[in-house]
Amino acid sequence: MRRPLLSLAVAATAILVTAAPTLACGGLIGPNGAVNLLRTTTFAGYHDGVEHYVTSFEFAGGGGAFGSITPLPDIPSDVERGGDWTLQRLIRETDPVDRLFFAREAALSADGAGEAEVLLETTIDALDITILRGGGDEVGLWAKNHGFRLPPDAPEVLDFYADRSPIFMAAAFDADAAAERGQAVGDGTPVHLTIPTDNPWVPLRILGLGKSAAETVEADVYLLTDERPALLPNAGAFGEGEGLILDHSAAATDSLLADLRSDAGMEWVPAHAWLTKVVVDVTADRLDFDLAIDASGAGAPSPIDAGFAPFGPDPVPRAPVALYLLLAGAMIVAVPLLFERAANPTGGRPLAGA
Amino acid sequence: MRPVSSLVAAVVLAAAVTACAPATPQTVTITIRYSAFDPAEFSVPAGVPITFVLVNADPIDHEWLIGDEGFHEGHRTGTHPAHGDVPTEVTVPALATVETTITFDEPGTIDYICHLPGHEAYGMVGTLTVEG
Repeated sequence: MRRPLLSLAVAATAILVTAAPTLACGGLIGPNGAVNLLRTTTFAGYHDGVEHYVTSFEFAGGGGAFGSITPLPDIPSDVERGGDWTLQRLIRETDPVDRLFFAREAALSADGAGEAEVLLETTIDALDITILRGGGDEVGLWAKNHGFRLPPDAPEVLDFYADRSPIFMAAAFDADAAAERGQAVGDGTPVHLTIPTDNPWVPLRILGLGKSAAETVEADVYLLTDERPALLPNAGAFGEGEGLILDHSAAATDSLLADLRSDAGMEWVPAHAWLTKVVVDVTADRLDFDLAIDASGAGAPSPIDAGFAPFGPDPVPRAPVALYLLLAGAMIVAVPLLFERAANPTGGRPLAGA
Repeated sequence: MRPVSSLVAAVVLAAAVTACAPATPQTVTITIRYSAFDPAEFSVPAGVPITFVLVNADPIDHEWLIGDEGFHEGHRTGTHPAHGDVPTEVTVPALATVETTITFDEPGTIDYICHLPGHEAYGMVGTLTVEG
């Protein structure tokens, strides 16, 4: 039986949204090429069959409107303003102060068929949140018709996700409204989604949306699970070659859990949990997978959840072909010997020279 | 011999008409999916009206602009909100089909490109060969 584990976090990808009419030629990025959504940071925990997903949008100044589209594993039952310190507390738990000070700012630049079905709409501070259900074309068309300027890789990426889960969150960030609200540069708006689901996974490929092949995707993914999770790709093992680094993996400290539990909407945090932090650091052209998680103890994260099947190569570590050949060779030698022994039970063939 | 001369005249007239008749138009369908042209390479004869049926199967807008390098260089930095009045400059809205008819008089090779930002770099380039 699959235990309620924990999962997932997603750093949402910023997709340029514009209030201005689309231009057929020329620059579509905002004035001076500024992208004023610096970074989105996300955490999600999975407990008792419910995923709690917290992400934050930082205001970086400037004007205009920007946004993001995030694939979700299932339909949220609630979308509300997130707690004030959950994400900061997690970062402090896993990053020494000096690393925090010099932390790189991964600027998530980025810049229906009928439209997708709108399941939920809400506004949190200067963010307009819409939960959508639909195929890639439907979600893409909804986004286009609502001012999202999708990059050229969006159609394929949206299909990549919609084939597994047709649920998406679109977040439009109105920088002008943020400024009017008095939000200062660097202020974040946390969003907390409650998602009943039995199939958590972390969308990573979406982080490369709109980036050129050589651009680096950097993100931190925090997981809080009841058990130590098995991951695919296996961050920290062969995963480092995949651009995933297992930066932290340990039982969550009591102080962390207490602090998280005291934040708004975080009462669900269990008494005991495992904290995992995966650092994504890979060029966009190599980020063609997601992070599948199995925290049940079975150690079998889904290749489909990782986005490898049916879209990509088998993610399982290469089969030890040489070992198989060696075993096959050994069998070829051993089987005739066994038959010979069976035919001559009194003894084996004398060794040469014996 | 009046009947003979009439026949010759008719033959000459028929030949002249045939020579002046417009070439039979051709139709080429280009599908756009996942921000790529299909086909990305093909040939057409010179002097024949070619109707291009541009099928955008993507949920985002695309362009189909065809011309020489100078033409494309101008569009790389252009600011047209949309295209449509010029047969060689077509905006193809999301999930829509648009037709345009062009006659290429001179043999040669020309590219068709989507000049929306990032689309050319993503690979939205095709090559048309006009055969003499």
